[in-house]
Amino acid sequence: MDSVKLTQMVKTSGCAAKLPPKLLHEVLDSIGWMHSPDLVEGFEGSDDACVYRLPVGGGQVMLQTVDFFPPMVDDPYLFGQVAAANALSDIYAMGGEPKVALNLVCFPSCLDLEVLRQILLGGQSKVAESGSVIAGGHTISDATPKYGLCVTGFAPEHKVWANHGSKSGDVLILTKALGVGIINTAVKAGLASKEAQQKAILSMTTLNKAAYEAARDKDVHAATDITGFSLLGHAHEMATASNVSFILNAQNIPVIEEALEYASMGLNPEGLYNNREYLEGSVQFRGEMEQSRMDILYDPQTSGGLLLSMSKADGLLYSQETGFSIIGEVVEKTESPLLVV
Amino acid sequence: MQIVDTRGLSCPQPVIETKKAIDAKAVELQVLVDTIAAKENVSRYAKAAKFSVSTAETEYGWTLELKKL
Repeated sequence: MDSVKLTQMVKTSGCAAKLPPKLLHEVLDSIGWMHSPDLVEGFEGSDDACVYRLPVGGGQVMLQTVDFFPPMVDDPYLFGQVAAANALSDIYAMGGEPKVALNLVCFPSCLDLEVLRQILLGGQSKVAESGSVIAGGHTISDATPKYGLCVTGFAPEHKVWANHGSKSGDVLILTKALGVGIINTAVKAGLASKEAQQKAILSMTTLNKAAYEAARDKDVHAATDITGFSLLGHAHEMATASNVSFILNAQNIPVIEEALEYASMGLNPEGLYNNREYLEGSVQFRGEMEQSRMDILYDPQTSGGLLLSMSKADGLLYSQETGFSIIGEVVEKTESPLLVV
Repeated sequence: MQIVDTRGLSCPQPVIETKKAIDAKAVELQVLVDTIAAKENVSRYAKAAKFSVSTAETEYGWTLELKKL
């Protein structure tokens, strides 16, 4: 099993393997949405999970999400952990508790089955940590391995965090440092340091559970998790869906230091440039900024942190309690949804 | 002048190929790229390695001319 290098079997990896947002929106917009009176959040708002009102009443809603991707790390167990943490994150980003998960697997029939076992064990370890249970799954024979979960969670309807609802006067909090997409590309190039690699893996395998739990009783107006569309991409979605503008303070945005160095060496993933192209005209930069610091804001994250928009008082408290950074503030809508200062 | 053809390669391969040429002491080289990502990344790498970059658009993408500063 040692000879297997998972990342060399795939062209794109992790959340960077997402179809470019522009192409995806073109197709989705042409199809038209389905509706149901009990579907509280569906396709339209580009939310992290759908929200469905349960017929049993009691004010509870069901949250559902599905997320899977090709490997971004070589170790199958770690890949399983990252993919599961990433899929579970969508439930946390909606303010819910994950409860039931189903495995989604694509696996080459010629590959050592021990690799599959390790992927599933890694996934299971994170599902267990989240307090949910794996209830089944589906496996397809495919040329490149892919893994992820379909996760169901629950929340009281009035406690659900959508990616809209952000209010002028709110502060914005980011719960993980940026840069894992760039570091994964540097790893692929064989140019990443062991330390950088470890930092990225630790970040990607960390559940957003603690970030969610500490925010559960705070005055959260909007939330999302940062994945393939980058901090700016997801912030843009939240700002436009909320009809406000965000002012982001670049100096306060946490980054994995090594990613800045790798970005300046041109080790940026392709998805970073797709994100930048998609957001052209929607972001204003004020003042001088190093190119690498700008790049990292477009870096596709795999299993990234939560972006929370909450009332200033609660945001300050949350930041003190958790150590997570306040990265910006919400203002009345201006000509540009995002201003980076 | 040495030509490094990175067309059809996905990131980070174009940077790796450019790095190989520069590590082998090339002082002037042309890098052929066919994606925006490769153009941007090779330009960043060249600047980090203290090379000047001039970019010309071609029918297949871009030619980047790198010269040691």
